[in-house]
Amino acid sequence: CCKDDQASGSKKPISLPISRVRLIMKSSPDVSSINQDALFLTTKATELFVQHLALSSFNNGSGKETNSLSYSDLANTAQETETFHFLTDILPKKILAQDYLNSLEQMQEEEGADY
Amino acid sequence: MAERPEDLNLPNAVITRIIKEALPDGVNVSKEARRAISQAASVFVLYATSCANNFAMKAKRKTLNAGDVLAAMEEMEFERFLEPLREALEVYKKGQKGKKVSEPKRKDKEKKVDTENNKSRAEEGEDDDERMEEEPEVENEAEEEEEVEN
Repeated sequence: CCKDDQASGSKKPISLPISRVRLIMKSSPDVSSINQDALFLTTKATELFVQHLALSSFNNGSGKETNSLSYSDLANTAQETETFHFLTDILPKKILAQDYLNSLEQMQEEEGADY
Repeated sequence: MAERPEDLNLPNAVITRIIKEALPDGVNVSKEARRAISQAASVFVLYATSCANNFAMKAKRKTLNAGDVLAAMEEMEFERFLEPLREALEVYKKGQKGKKVSEPKRKDKEKKVDTENNKSRAEEGEDDDERMEEEPEVENEAEEEEEVEN
């Protein structure tokens, strides 16, 4: 049974647990049912996505010299690469608290707010 | 996004492995980066599901199928995934055929199971559903594969 998978060149077609992916899919509103092939494809696509995000962020990032991948590489890639724009909310760039406060003050001055 | 324990998160160990296999040897991946990628993957599933579901609804179908998922990938501008996905699906389907004996029956059952599940799932969404659905074989496959690796 498992030998079939080995014939395809990789040990197994997918590593992520289909049941978990299904759980996530079912949490989406309006989704009634999911056919098995669709479930498989989504799981496989997620794996491809993880690879793609990791590699893109690494290549794009500052860590190539230090041979590392950091959170900011991911956040930068999400912002700079169109296909990853849907991630900008969950991968926000980090800024120093002081910088944030400063820019907040500036905004308030421009708006003429009475704070 | 949910912050419940039984989460909509994917297993960290597997995510870490996929990341490591994608990157050149010896790259150091921070814990924060790993967690972020895992969360991004969950968001990806949601986004893909929502997108695929739109295609299904347009076709007035209640069941998401393979075509919907592929269409979603294209819509999301992940065309690069299409070819590997199609190949993987073929291999997967061949594997499934070897196991399934009652495939023709299943299509009939799907209709019944769907309506039943629509009612029960709204309230539950737990392990009970998995047995009712068309998935036990798939999960067994995954388990067997894990054993092989170990």
